[in-house]
Amino acid sequence: MADTADIKETGLIVDQAADTGIRAKLIYLGRLLWRDKTGLVGLSMFLIVVISAVFAPVLAPYDPLKQDLRAAKQPPAWSEKGDLSHPLGTDNLGRDILSRIIYGSRVSLTVGFFGVLIACSLGLLIGLIAGYLGGRVDNVIMGLVNLILALPYLVFVVFIAAILGQGLIIVILIFGFTDIPIFVRITRGEVLRIRESGFVEAALSIGSTRKRIIFNHILPNLIGPLITIATFEMSAMIFYEAGLGFLGLSVPPSVPSWGNMLATGRKYLTIYPWIATFPGLAIVFTGLGMNLLGDWLRDVLDPRLRRMKK
Amino acid sequence: MQRYILSRMVQSLLILLGVLFIVFFMLQLTGDPVSLMVSRNASPEQVERLREEMGFNRPLIIQFGDFIGGALVGDFGMSLRHRQPAMKLILERLPATVELATTALLIALCIGIPLGLLSGSNPGSFWDTLARGAGLVGQTIPNFWLALILIVVFSVELGWFPTFGRRTWEVFGMELPTKSVILPAFSLGLFTTGQLVRFTRSAVLEIKNEDYVRTAYSKGLKDNQIYLRHILRNASIPLISIVGVQFGYLLSGSIYIETIFSWPGIGNLLAEAIGNRDFALVQAIAFFASLVVVTLNLLTDIAYGLADPRIRYGD
Repeated sequence: MADTADIKETGLIVDQAADTGIRAKLIYLGRLLWRDKTGLVGLSMFLIVVISAVFAPVLAPYDPLKQDLRAAKQPPAWSEKGDLSHPLGTDNLGRDILSRIIYGSRVSLTVGFFGVLIACSLGLLIGLIAGYLGGRVDNVIMGLVNLILALPYLVFVVFIAAILGQGLIIVILIFGFTDIPIFVRITRGEVLRIRESGFVEAALSIGSTRKRIIFNHILPNLIGPLITIATFEMSAMIFYEAGLGFLGLSVPPSVPSWGNMLATGRKYLTIYPWIATFPGLAIVFTGLGMNLLGDWLRDVLDPRLRRMKK
Repeated sequence: MQRYILSRMVQSLLILLGVLFIVFFMLQLTGDPVSLMVSRNASPEQVERLREEMGFNRPLIIQFGDFIGGALVGDFGMSLRHRQPAMKLILERLPATVELATTALLIALCIGIPLGLLSGSNPGSFWDTLARGAGLVGQTIPNFWLALILIVVFSVELGWFPTFGRRTWEVFGMELPTKSVILPAFSLGLFTTGQLVRFTRSAVLEIKNEDYVRTAYSKGLKDNQIYLRHILRNASIPLISIVGVQFGYLLSGSIYIETIFSWPGIGNLLAEAIGNRDFALVQAIAFFASLVVVTLNLLTDIAYGLADPRIRYGD
């Protein structure tokens, strides 16, 4: 969260930039980012994770699946028995922990990205329908949304995962579909708010079609809040995926993922604690980065906050 | 007020009906619930026998009617593994979960609200930085990982707490908690603590600018009087709803924390049931957890309505 003084300045700058094209906007955004260090830190942390996922084969010192029983259970480099060949040590089968963490980011980001993509696109569509049509359709949709949001999320996610079995696609679909209500609620709320605003009334009075109002007036105003929520939801999905992995309900145990690594580490917790420590740190690092980024995006992209600042 | 309570009760009942529907049809997701429950090398005769025993050979609509009928009187069928009624198993595990959830909530309240208050009242200060950091960390550290780290540090290295299990202290037939609850409750309460810090902070920041606070200042009231009697009091109204919702989730059983600490509660029972593919028990737990959450949400809304007249007359 930025301080109020910061918000005031950033808001003004964005508003001045509003009319000068996308390039100028991006430059201003970059400047805002530079000014607000928490946003910058968050973005950098997130980019580190993205880069390690994309360039995993180049960055990882070892094959994440290669077992080397002679080097098994080696502690991290800075402890007495460790050495630099395995900077973060090895697990019970002698697999390099650093390499597995780097490859593990692929599972986390894939689940987070595609999960949010499904939830956001379907949520946006349903939310637009509910908010724009109103009436009985809205009642039915919101009834369902409230029903799903009233459930204890984790219990149901675990329940569904246990029934459907392991697999990357299954996990993505589970999170993608169970997260739709969050996006429906936010979209609908925004649509209702925007529909009442002066510029939509003005557009209606000069005879704009419904299609034009949705695509030219409502959708552009939805981008900010949706990106913000998507960042938080993606971080939550990464968290929940690791949790399912920890219970053995996410991707198959052979796949290097942070949750699977934690599950292995738990078995050796009291004797070889580093096996569980580092994948957990990776989850915290990613979550922290995305939350900082999300907080910053909320301050910069929320049109209401910006208007308040004027 | 009565109308408000009544309409919220009807809503809650509808939600519970929806939950029963979801819980029942979830098992049909794979097409054949029996194949989920038997081991992979079961013979076709064994599968057929189980199908008959569990009544899965009847038409779906009749099964659903039966399920609803049973659920209304608290009967969710037999646990395949334990050969006991599922509801009985849950109720046996309830005290452990209640102990854990209550302690976790207490820890969260005792840390979260004072920290949020300190931070909101002095934005930019050391306390503010600390509280914002704590709020962020509380929301980004996975509790299942924190639990592991706490075990390594406080149980294995320092030996202050037991590594797992629940020990109680019996006084006049009452089971009182011992220090075995501290580590699990702290790990479980971390997220709620973060939420409470963030929420109290922003509520205080908002209320500080209200007219009545300015009036209080101009009357010459002292800082602590204003914070306790005006700001905290008004902030506590929205806090009720956060606390209520969070307690519901804590009570619905923490599958991770209870598994890691072998805590004999409902979350642990759920993990066991999933491991044993004991889906009648899983269904019962999912319904029970929803019942707890929905009931607490209802109570929270009623309390909210009592505390804030705008809600009562609003809709």
